[in-house]
Amino acid sequence: MSTTNILEARNIVKFFHDPVTMPVLKSINFSIQKGDFVSVTGKSGCGKSTLLYILSTMDTDYEGDLIIDGESMKNRKEVELARVRNEKIGFVFQFHYLLNEFSVLKNVMLPGLKMGKYSDKEVEHRAMEKLKILGIADEALKKPNQLSGGQKQRVAIARAMINDPIIIMGDEPTGNLDKKNSLIVFDVFKELAHNYQQSLLIVTHDPDFAKSTDRIIEMEDGRII
Amino acid sequence: MTKSRLIYTIAAYLLKARWRQTLVAAVGVTFGITMFITLLSFMSGLNDMLDGLILNRTPHIKLYNEIKASEIQPVDKSSDYQSGYNFIQSVKPSLSKLELHNSGAIMSALKSDSRVVGFAPKITAQVFYNVGAIDLTGVINGIDVEAENKLFFFKDYVTKGNYYDLKNIPNSIILGKGAADKMLANIGDVIQVTTARGDRMQLKVVGYFQSGLADLDKVQSYASIATTQKLLAKPNSYITDIQIKLKDIDMAPPVAREFARLFDADAEDIQTANSQFETGSSVRTTISYAVGVTLLIVAGFGIYNILNMMIYEKMDSIAILKATGFSGKDVKKIFVSIALSIGIFGGLLGLGFGFLLSATIDAIPFNTASLPTIKTYPINYNPQFYLVGIIFSLVTTYLAGLFPARKASKIDPVVIIRGK
Repeated sequence: MSTTNILEARNIVKFFHDPVTMPVLKSINFSIQKGDFVSVTGKSGCGKSTLLYILSTMDTDYEGDLIIDGESMKNRKEVELARVRNEKIGFVFQFHYLLNEFSVLKNVMLPGLKMGKYSDKEVEHRAMEKLKILGIADEALKKPNQLSGGQKQRVAIARAMINDPIIIMGDEPTGNLDKKNSLIVFDVFKELAHNYQQSLLIVTHDPDFAKSTDRIIEMEDGRII
Repeated sequence: MTKSRLIYTIAAYLLKARWRQTLVAAVGVTFGITMFITLLSFMSGLNDMLDGLILNRTPHIKLYNEIKASEIQPVDKSSDYQSGYNFIQSVKPSLSKLELHNSGAIMSALKSDSRVVGFAPKITAQVFYNVGAIDLTGVINGIDVEAENKLFFFKDYVTKGNYYDLKNIPNSIILGKGAADKMLANIGDVIQVTTARGDRMQLKVVGYFQSGLADLDKVQSYASIATTQKLLAKPNSYITDIQIKLKDIDMAPPVAREFARLFDADAEDIQTANSQFETGSSVRTTISYAVGVTLLIVAGFGIYNILNMMIYEKMDSIAILKATGFSGKDVKKIFVSIALSIGIFGGLLGLGFGFLLSATIDAIPFNTASLPTIKTYPINYNPQFYLVGIIFSLVTTYLAGLFPARKASKIDPVVIIRGK
């Protein structure tokens, strides 16, 4: 196992100010190495989702430092953070958030086109590859609203993978799915972690899901226990 | 794919997804621009026509001798009375002549002046038209037919008869339409006029003149310079006015002052003589612009509403675009380009419809006795209106799009995503 930290949280503290100021996260320290398959668990309201959004650079209102791929994310401009999200982080939400105006293929391609590293043709080819890995290549030209819930979530995972991010983060990615589809999505994550050495950080309250990951970070009341 | 092309693609998809509302917004802009173009073209056509009525036939500078009392009275010249202020009552003008002194020299000086487009000499003669036992007051303008036609479009206002007969037929007259009607004079008839000094002369009517100003037509008539000189029993160097057209009308006041000094005569420039017309034109133009801009602003609010709605509907899409690496700037660009494409599409269509509507109005017959040269409603197809129209439509739609776009760019994806 490589020892390079791809993501490191140093002393992260966060307060909610509305309606009264109260701490949500209290001095969070941990790191993730390449290829780790990590789950974050804990009761509702323990701050696990809040932590995830800070780690994803979308929430910038915190104290402490966040290091992604050796670079500090503190005091960066909005444009720079957007670029980091685009190139280094893939995100899968509880809800799929696909754009119904675009085809499945185009939805997967969008972050790749935004990165602008490859030509349109290459991005399309890469998007098809990802869809093949996830077993939904046949649905590429359909609109998202013609797909089942499990299929949509797999498209969202393909979209998260398109720019070969150093880490994929998930916020309850199976939360909206039935048992069968949850298993499919879980198998996809496991396959990515083991066959493609993809680092994964998944927030979940499903103990079965958490148990089968490589490492569990358990949180309670804003702390890691 | 370049970055901006990606932005435009996303904007186009969002537009297509909501094409009905977008169409309504675009129709609003189209309507605004159409009315803007039509209104301005029509209003400016009317302005040009009304101004032309006066300005076309008014010289830029008129040289003449005004009858007035001398400003320097003998008492002012006496060294004995220099210490006080001299009050003189009932000063009368001395016997001064209406004739322009040395008119031949003035005309040859004007001919070689590069600022002058042309000039037309003129004699004004006060007469009475004798109709049976009644005398009607009138004015006969002795004109150089060719110069008058070249500079002041004399031909356009001769509604009946040939204007050139004035030169070819000796002792001929073109009567004002109103005067002719009063005298019951037909073309070919001979009328009699009496000058202020009591001389009588027979003149042959060769045409009618209609200026569009009825009061003027009841009084004014035209004859050639030679005929008028004969009528007044003056030598052939006798000229009372010289009407000058300049290359640049705005130069008229300073040039008029210069000519007045140089030729020792009175000179009146067009700005002083007709200032009220320019005021009228500019007020009318301002009103048309104000109405046009109001229409566009209303259209702009339509766009603003539709974009706001679109942003509320597409909150999720905006959040995910931001989560996957689109910056606030990119999102802003997407919505601004949606607004601008509505502006461009609606604006261009508006220019087209505006042109068609103007052309339709241009084809509507408009006959009025006072305007012999006008057959249809006047329209001014000035390309400047079209340029201003498209710029206005772009600016309004840009501004209408900017505020919703800024709101979209500030959307916090965490709030949207966690709110689910």
